[in-house]
Amino acid sequence: MASQVDSWGEALKRGVAAGWPICLGYLPIGMALGVLAEKSGLDPLRMGLMSVLVFAGSAQFIGVAMLEGGASPLSIIVTTFVVNFRHFLMSSALAVPLAGVDKRFLSLFAYGVTDESFGVNMTRYREGGWSHRAALVVHHVANTTWIIATVAGAVVGTLIPKGAFGIDYALAGMFIALLVMQLHGRIYIVTGVIAGVVAVMWRVFIPGDSYIVGAAVVAATIGFYLRRRSRGVCHKAEALEDGCR
Amino acid sequence: MTLFEYLLILLGMGAVTYLPRLLPLLFLTRWELPRWLVEWLELIPVAILAALLAPALLVDGKSLSVDFTRADFIVAIPTFLFAYRVRSLGGTVVVGMAIYWLYGKVV
Repeated sequence: MASQVDSWGEALKRGVAAGWPICLGYLPIGMALGVLAEKSGLDPLRMGLMSVLVFAGSAQFIGVAMLEGGASPLSIIVTTFVVNFRHFLMSSALAVPLAGVDKRFLSLFAYGVTDESFGVNMTRYREGGWSHRAALVVHHVANTTWIIATVAGAVVGTLIPKGAFGIDYALAGMFIALLVMQLHGRIYIVTGVIAGVVAVMWRVFIPGDSYIVGAAVVAATIGFYLRRRSRGVCHKAEALEDGCR
Repeated sequence: MTLFEYLLILLGMGAVTYLPRLLPLLFLTRWELPRWLVEWLELIPVAILAALLAPALLVDGKSLSVDFTRADFIVAIPTFLFAYRVRSLGGTVVVGMAIYWLYGKVV
């Protein structure tokens, strides 16, 4: 996972080139959130403040619904923590390519870790030649789009008719491509399949959002042991080395 | 609710969002990570992406039932094949959107 250093100009170009599908996907979702917020009595200023201070898609939807329902501040904050805790796992994985980077950069970088930016940046780091600055640009073009889309939704309602050009599928399409790009070998395919099956069952049977972290940890752990075991077998039978990766 | 009260809630929400994103980055980038942890973390991206995607495609959010006839899932099959063949992020997004749009017109 070698990284390189870009000038900020170069980083801006590469970051935008990598991040535009996120922005496309954020437009309809952000505007929908803005519309919802406006209906529940949050003015555009409050919507914008939330998108700046709590940059987190699904947690903001839940937060708006809880505010409207008159939930207590503590329950709103605890729910936000639980819903967003999956980013703890993502930041842990990002720490591998970002090893040794200075604290000021990391403090800024951490602000923009989302499902979408994580998927895009991890894939680029894995391919090699990605720069930390370009990764930061991905965070901030996504964040800027999100703020604009949510505020615009609260001001004018959504400009995007339901189902227009399939834009509602932009993020799903992006995640499908990112998932495919993560399939580097048999163990990754096995881990992905386990994660998908466990997540679907977890989502159906256990209320809440714990299925994302839960299924990811279960699948990565099973995949880890399967890979260790197949390596152990390989050490014993070196003749089969070609099949051992 | 006054703007001040609202801001306090936002600051709480912001802190519990930001800190879990920050702390692993601050600490894990400073330590020499054990080999097993790096190997485990290598599998986290594929695991998280699959865990985010599979329920979004297959599980109906209201009834919480698995439904293989959902448009999101059916459209995902050709989109997946396209991504597998072409390995382009932007291309897959555009093709996925187009198929989803056409599917909505036809079905």
